[in-house]
Amino acid sequence: MNLQFGDEYERLRAEVRAFCRDTWPLRAEESRLAEREQAIAWRKRALAAGFLHRTVPRGYGGAGAAPDVMAETVIRQELDRARVPHRGSVQGTHMLVPTLLECGSEEQRREYIPRTLTGELLWCQGYSEPGAGSDLASLQSRAELVGDEWVLTGQKIWTSQADEADMMFGLFRTEPDAPKHGGISYLLVPMKTPGIVARPLTMMQRGTDFCEVFFDGARVPAQNIVGRRGEGWKVSRSTLKHERMLIGDSAIVRITFDSLVALARRAQRDGRPALEHPVVRQRLAEIAGHLETQEWSVARMLTAIHHNREAQVMSELLMAKLLSTNVQQLIAKLALDLIPDAGLHEPTADEAVMGVGEFTQGRWVSNYMYSLAFAIAGGTSNVQRNIIGELVLGLPRDRRP
Amino acid sequence: MNFALSEEQELLQTTVRDFVAKQCPPPAVHRVFEGEREAVSALWKGLAEMGVAGMVVPESFGGAGLELLELALVAEELGRGAVPVPFLGHSLAALALARGGSATQQRAWLPRLASGESRATVALAEDAGRWLPSDWRVELANGRVRGRKLSVPEAEGAQLFVVGCANGALALVEAGPGVRMTPEPALDRGRPLATLELDAPAETLEAADAARVVDAGCVLLAADAFGAAHQLVRATASYLQTRQQFGQSLAQFQALKHQLANMALEVDPTRGLWWYAAHAFDHAPAESPRAAALAKSHVTDRAQQAARDAVEAHGGIGFTWECDVHIWFKRIMFDRLWLGAPELHRERYARLEGW
Repeated sequence: MNLQFGDEYERLRAEVRAFCRDTWPLRAEESRLAEREQAIAWRKRALAAGFLHRTVPRGYGGAGAAPDVMAETVIRQELDRARVPHRGSVQGTHMLVPTLLECGSEEQRREYIPRTLTGELLWCQGYSEPGAGSDLASLQSRAELVGDEWVLTGQKIWTSQADEADMMFGLFRTEPDAPKHGGISYLLVPMKTPGIVARPLTMMQRGTDFCEVFFDGARVPAQNIVGRRGEGWKVSRSTLKHERMLIGDSAIVRITFDSLVALARRAQRDGRPALEHPVVRQRLAEIAGHLETQEWSVARMLTAIHHNREAQVMSELLMAKLLSTNVQQLIAKLALDLIPDAGLHEPTADEAVMGVGEFTQGRWVSNYMYSLAFAIAGGTSNVQRNIIGELVLGLPRDRRP
Repeated sequence: MNFALSEEQELLQTTVRDFVAKQCPPPAVHRVFEGEREAVSALWKGLAEMGVAGMVVPESFGGAGLELLELALVAEELGRGAVPVPFLGHSLAALALARGGSATQQRAWLPRLASGESRATVALAEDAGRWLPSDWRVELANGRVRGRKLSVPEAEGAQLFVVGCANGALALVEAGPGVRMTPEPALDRGRPLATLELDAPAETLEAADAARVVDAGCVLLAADAFGAAHQLVRATASYLQTRQQFGQSLAQFQALKHQLANMALEVDPTRGLWWYAAHAFDHAPAESPRAAALAKSHVTDRAQQAARDAVEAHGGIGFTWECDVHIWFKRIMFDRLWLGAPELHRERYARLEGW
C-alpha cells in the first residue's frame, strides 16, 4: 500500500498545473468570447496538450495515450482545482464517444468524435420514452427505412439538453416484428432535422435541463446507424456503463460537502455558529463517514483498474452510483436544515440551474430537490438495488414477462 | 498510488480465513456461547502458532514485526468467523509494549507474548463511558496503581495488564493478589469482560502514547465489525435463497432483494475506510487519529444497521438463540460500543477537523 502517486505522476501534476495557469482564464480577444466559445478554445488547447480525453486515438482528436487511471486522476484533480471548463457536455464525451470507439464506423468516428471532444458538437441522449423508463427495451419510437433514409416517428422524454444539442444518439425500433431487445437500432440524429421538436420540461426546482422530443416523419440518412440493424440494445449498453462510472466520481461530492461545512460555519443556531451545535457536528461527521467511504472506495477501484484486477472490486463498482447518490442526498438534507426558513421560498431562475455558481441559500434549496435527480437519472436507485442483489449477492433475477 | 494489499498481506488473510473456516465453524462458536470454553485455548494456540499473537512485536523479540494493517486484516477474518479468542486485548497490550515499553520491559514480556506463552490485555474504560485517555482517573503513583477499570476484555487468564491511568499514562500490572477480577455479564459471550479492582505494583510504560493505543483499537474494532457484517450479509443472502414461501424462494421477492442490497451497500464500500485508517497509523501519524475515529464510528455503525436488518430478513428464526445471527449481531454490538459509541468518536473527529 502506497498512497503517494510517485515522481512520475507528480511531474505530470506540475505540468498540468502550469498548463492551466498559462491557458486559463483566456486572455485578450478570447476573453470576450461567449462562455461556450471560451470553453471550446480552451478545450482545443487541452486536447492538443494531451490533458483531456487522452486515451482517444490521435486520428480522432485525442492524444492516443495508453489508459492510465492514475494519470487521469492526477490530471482531473488539477483541472478541478484550476476550475477550467474541462467537464464538457458529458452525453457526448462520456457516452457517445466511447460507444463510437467500440461500435462506430470509421466515417462516424472521424465525423463526430473530434468535434465532440472540443465541445463544438453537443449531444443529447434519446433513450427514455413516456412508456419506457426502467423497462427501456419496451420503447416504441419507430424508425422505418424508406429508400436511403430512416423516417422517425414517436416521442422521447427526460432528454437532457435536447433544446441546445446539435445531435441526438437514440434508440429506435426498426424491426417491429423482432423480440423486444432484438428490434432496436442505435441512430445518430441531427436535431435540426425538420419534423423534430424539442420542448423543455420544467423541473420541480423550475430549471429546464430536460425536454420531451417529438418525431413526426423526420428523415435521417441511412448511414446514421451505429452497429447493425437490431443491435442497438447491445450498442447502448457500453454507454450506460460509462454513465454509471461518471456519477460515481467523488470529487464533486467533496466540493459540495466542503460548501456544506462552510454553510454550517455561517449559519446560526442558538446565537452561535451551527457548526458548534452537537447535533450538527454529529450529522456532519456521519456524512463525512459516508463521503470518505466513497473516496477510499474510489481509490480501491482506481488501483484495481490500473492493475487489471476489476474483479476484486466488482461489488464496489456496482455500488458506486447508489453510494454517491445517498451521500449527496444526506448533504442536501442537512444543508436545508441549516437554513430552514429559506426553504419556504422559491429559488431564483439562476439558482435553479445546478452545477454552476456559488452555493447561495436558494441554490441549497434547489439542491435539496435536485439531489433527488441522482436517484433517478442513469438507472434509478431501485434498479441499482436489483443489480446489486443479482450481481453482487447472487440473488435470482426478477421475473420478467 | 497503490491502494491495495500486497501478495503477502493477501496470503496472510487467506491463511487466517482458511484456519477459521476449518477450526471455528459456527457450531463451535455456539458451544462457546453455551459456556463450553474448552475450545478457546486450542483456537488461540493455533492462531499463535501462525504468528497472530506477535504480529506487531519486533522480530528481535520473536514477533513478526508487522504493522497495524496486517493486524487489522487478521481482525477482519476473526470478525468474519466471530472467533471467540483473546485477540483484541492481547494485540493492543502487545502493541503498547512494543511501541512504548523500556528495553527491560520489552525483554521481559514481548517474547512470551509473541509466542502465545503468556497472555496480556488492556484495562481502559472507567465508569460513565470514560474511554479516552483524557478521561481516565485511575491513580498511578509510587510504583502502585489504584482504582477501578471496567469492561476489560479476556481478563481471566491474562498474566499482564496494560492499565490506562490519570493523565493518559499507561501502566504495566502483573496478575496477582492486587488485581481483583469480577466477571461482567458480557453480551458477546465470545469476548468475556471483567471489572478490575486494582491496588497493585505497577511500572509505567514511559514511552507509550495511550491515544495511539486507543486509535489502534478503533481500527481493529472497525475491521472486526466489517468482517462480521460482510459475513452476515452473505449468510442472509444464502438463507433467503433456501427458505421457500408462496412457492418461491424468499430471495425472489424484490422487497427482500432490495433490503439485502441496502445491507451490502452499508458494508462493502467501507473496506477502504478502515484500510486507510490502519495504513495511516503507521505511515501518516498526523492523519491517524481522525481516520481512526471516523473508521470506528462509521464502519461499526453501518455494520450494526446491517446486523439489525439481517435479523429482520431472517424472520422468526433470526430472533432465536439457535440461529447464528445473534452471535454476529452481538459481535458487532461489542465492536460498536467498546472504546466508546460512535457519538463519542464523531465528536472527536469533528474536533480534529477543526470544526
